[in-house]
Amino acid sequence: MSFEYHSQSTKSVIEALQSGTLTSRALTEQCLQRIDKLNPKLNAFVSVDIEGALKQADSVDAKRKCGQTVGMLEGIPIGIKDNMCQIGVKTTCGSKMLHNFTPPYDAHVVQKIAASDGVIVGKLNMDEFAMGSSTETSASGITRNPWNTDHSPGGSSGGSAAAVAAGLVPLALGSDTGGSIRQPASFCGVVGLKPTYGRVSRYGLVAFASSLDQIGPVSKDVFGATLLLQAIAGHDPRDSTSVQLEVPNFTAEIGRPLTGLKVGIVDEHYGEGLDADVEDAVRKSIRHLESLGATIKTIELPHAKYSVATYYLIAPSEASSNLARYDGIHYGYRSETFDSNKHGLVDLYRRSRGEGFGPEVKRRIMLGTYALSAGYYDAYYLKALKVRRRIREDYDKAFADVDVIAGPVAPSGAFRLGEKMNDPLAMYLSDIYTISANLAGVPGISIPCGFTSAGLPVGLHFQAPAFQETRLLQAANMLEQATTWHQQAPSI
Amino acid sequence: MDIEEVRKVASLARLSLSDAELTIYGEQLTHILGYVKVLDEIDIDGIEPMPHAVELSNVFRKDVRQPSLSPAEALANAPKTDGRFFQVPQILEQKDA
Repeated sequence: MSFEYHSQSTKSVIEALQSGTLTSRALTEQCLQRIDKLNPKLNAFVSVDIEGALKQADSVDAKRKCGQTVGMLEGIPIGIKDNMCQIGVKTTCGSKMLHNFTPPYDAHVVQKIAASDGVIVGKLNMDEFAMGSSTETSASGITRNPWNTDHSPGGSSGGSAAAVAAGLVPLALGSDTGGSIRQPASFCGVVGLKPTYGRVSRYGLVAFASSLDQIGPVSKDVFGATLLLQAIAGHDPRDSTSVQLEVPNFTAEIGRPLTGLKVGIVDEHYGEGLDADVEDAVRKSIRHLESLGATIKTIELPHAKYSVATYYLIAPSEASSNLARYDGIHYGYRSETFDSNKHGLVDLYRRSRGEGFGPEVKRRIMLGTYALSAGYYDAYYLKALKVRRRIREDYDKAFADVDVIAGPVAPSGAFRLGEKMNDPLAMYLSDIYTISANLAGVPGISIPCGFTSAGLPVGLHFQAPAFQETRLLQAANMLEQATTWHQQAPSI
Repeated sequence: MDIEEVRKVASLARLSLSDAELTIYGEQLTHILGYVKVLDEIDIDGIEPMPHAVELSNVFRKDVRQPSLSPAEALANAPKTDGRFFQVPQILEQKDA
């Protein structure tokens, strides 16, 4: 039997599992074989739990065999970004600081996946502590883009996007603080969704910037992303920023056509700095939406141009606070060479952190520490929080006029590995389209919409009002089903 | 940012950096801080800061003890422990008797 899952839609794979023509075990074994063959080149997975995955797959098959109801994830193999805690499984966050950390508890989303009968296969590579846009800062090495292995898969959820694009697993979880699901999804030609802030519990997600972080699904198609979102969404009392809103039935709703969908486009998105091929693919997609019955309307997001500056004050400030816990005492890396005189404790902190963190992490901790320090707090951090409110207000005004906003995800296709490593600011500016959604808390999705002339994928970005993932997924699904971009796969 | 300011920030952040690192970070941070000055274009008078994306506040739970990590679980990842405590270098000076 050769059901090549990686060339099938998520729906076909689910149907094959439901009907019994494909067992979870067989599918999981296929994934593991593919990982074995392709992961050495791509380095998408940092660890694979063969035994755990097969055990879980068998238990789902046994459930199905004796007529028990199987959870909505039907025994499908899933990869988890390495910043989400799983009991007994090393969770390193791509950092030397946590190279030997084994969590004593499961993240909420890990529990939800198990409860829905998903099969967790392994942990996926990422930029260190989720700080990066290229998956080049991981202590576990770089991840390569399956479409062209000299190019970055994007970041920080580069492992998640590369794994799905290369067909190593049908579904993956990533996390998005400034675009870290959507940008790699765009670079790798897959679907990546950042839910509304508060829609998915952050309990067990290693914190980077607590007011911006969100966990979300990566899949080859909108249905797959919807299914995984359905499984992980919902209130969790252990995350005090998790909202007490009922989770809509996303999977039942995404097929509903959106008659008269009003799509907002922003003229400023198409200025200098946007790659001509990307602009071409995005504009074609928007015209396609129009031919499907949508109305296109020009809107303004006047404060969007301040979003990178706002983010690169808020996120590092929050990070400097969140990463203060890494002290060489409770867990993680501890320096061997500290000065054990009367200042020994402070020196232990300084050296453990100086040696355990990579340059990008240290840079952001420094930036955040400075922005929060006495004499600078008002001029930097507080100012950024005020601009953030203006950014959110722009969205509120825009969504009074339109249902969704569409535009580019990234200014270019996947850049070459090493290309941006010497210019941190240039790397930061590549987040320009995705960052505002995190600041405002609204949901955003990237779906494949074309290729550059170099054969690299281009993503289309949709954004919707807070808690309107249904509308977001409907719009994305509507366009996806009228195109074939999502059916293309890298020849790897 | 001059090197002394960078040194001070590194000290606040509890990061031990070499002189070379202090210089590089100083240059990079100066560059980034120069970029964020664009926020000065906006009149921020009277705007309420927005620290969070979701308008929740004071989410409490009942003050009832719940199961939590056992001491063994809590110590399992400790780099240096005697089985009961996290061990740290001496904090207080020994006073002469």
